[in-house]
Amino acid sequence: MQTNEQAQKSYAQLVKKVSPNSPILKNCILAFFSGGAICTLGEVLFQFFQNKGFAEDTAALLVSGCLIVLSAVLTALGIYGKLGKHCGAGTEVPITGFANSVVSPAIEYKNAGLVLGMAAKMFVIAGPVIVYGILSSIVVGVVYYFLGG
Amino acid sequence: MQKRIGKQTVRLQTPVSILATASTVGQKEGDGPLGAYFDVVEPDSMMGEDSWEKAESRFVAKNMELALKKANLEAAQMDYVLCGDLLNQCIGTTFGIKDFGIPFLGLFGACATVGEAMSVGSMLIDGGFAEHILCGASSHFCSAEKQFRFPLPLGIQRPQSTTWTVTGDGAMVLAKNKTGPFITEITTGKIIDMGVTDANNMGAAMAPAAVDVLLSHFQDTGRTPEDYDIIVSGDLGSVGHQIVIELMQKEGYDMQNRYTDCGLKIYDPNTQDTHAGGSGCACAAVTFCSYFYPQLKEGKLKRMLFLPTGALLSADSVQQKLPIPAISHAVVIESALPNERNEKRNEKRNEKRNDERKSGQVNTV
Repeated sequence: MQTNEQAQKSYAQLVKKVSPNSPILKNCILAFFSGGAICTLGEVLFQFFQNKGFAEDTAALLVSGCLIVLSAVLTALGIYGKLGKHCGAGTEVPITGFANSVVSPAIEYKNAGLVLGMAAKMFVIAGPVIVYGILSSIVVGVVYYFLGG
Repeated sequence: MQKRIGKQTVRLQTPVSILATASTVGQKEGDGPLGAYFDVVEPDSMMGEDSWEKAESRFVAKNMELALKKANLEAAQMDYVLCGDLLNQCIGTTFGIKDFGIPFLGLFGACATVGEAMSVGSMLIDGGFAEHILCGASSHFCSAEKQFRFPLPLGIQRPQSTTWTVTGDGAMVLAKNKTGPFITEITTGKIIDMGVTDANNMGAAMAPAAVDVLLSHFQDTGRTPEDYDIIVSGDLGSVGHQIVIELMQKEGYDMQNRYTDCGLKIYDPNTQDTHAGGSGCACAAVTFCSYFYPQLKEGKLKRMLFLPTGALLSADSVQQKLPIPAISHAVVIESALPNERNEKRNEKRNEKRNDERKSGQVNTV
């Protein structure tokens, strides 16, 4: 069988023709509604805490905390993974997705020990988000310092 | 007698018996279309262990023991054990068979491992180096996901072209001069790299290797697809299966009617959410051991061309954007030897005659 560059090119076309596509429209709609539902839940909690007499910034912190705990518990129960299968970006993008990405490797690697397993592997997925999150916030901070006045 | 025919094929001087096979799978496989054919369906994919890797080793140990039991042989009677899996350094295999005390040759052919084991095993027996050989292959959905993709509880969407790694172990006992079915010919595949880099489309990465070994086999033996009752690839799934048909069509071979894939057989994509089908070392191994072997044994299939397929990638090679080279090994399995087939036919004819005679006698009495 020919494996030269030309054969590879025409093969790539055949693969593209034969391979099924992801149902993008369906995925987008599900992501929109599921992501929106999580945000709505956050808003409900926010109002709840404010009604209980918490200041705005404290209430916001409490909302984040609640959503993180909820996501961690659902991940441990194996429910969040199943939700993610249907909701896609909807459950991945909000803060709950971040919690899921930390708890998942922690569970998966806990049998390799608490230090070299769970703790070391905990940030294999979330790590890049933290690194580039901090990096870009520094850049924005510097720009703001000079231009923002 | 010349054992080597053509560039990649050997014809065994003394065909090697597949004495017995055993298959142990997880619950998802048990719920699939082949559920009734497996020897054991394990409801607990952890197998009472605390890690996926240990669980895979339990699958290996239990199923290899079962294969020996079905062959009425002891581990001490095995001259070699030939097997492998997908985990780094084949630890699924090692910790499964370490207490057997059988001389061990570890094999890695990714998901084509069972074909490699059958090939090497039958050559060892035909060469006169062994009498009995235990061979097989295993994989576990969870240990494979952990090693090659993401932690299991992570909520992600799998693309439609992905396949689902089969959990289980397929094992068989090869023996010299016993009853059928027999391994008669082997075509060893070459590494084929068509530049596919998408690790979510293994069928596409592996299909060219299957095509290459098919073409070599037909060229070496002078046969065509019509010479086989069935041609079965390992774990190409719906995408790779379609590609093989199209590429073979271009080469002038019509595969449509007699070609299938273990990855298509093992799951129901409509109800089991497996997308393009099954994959993993165990996919070809358990499907052959449970579904095709009995059909060969009963003579429902006379001659089968079995070509497990493997993607030779690692998590690192994918991250470094290397292409996914693939391999496929073809093994010809025949239900009976040509002269034996005639004998069987004669036997049946005689039996029939005897029956007729007997019934005739009963009538006259």
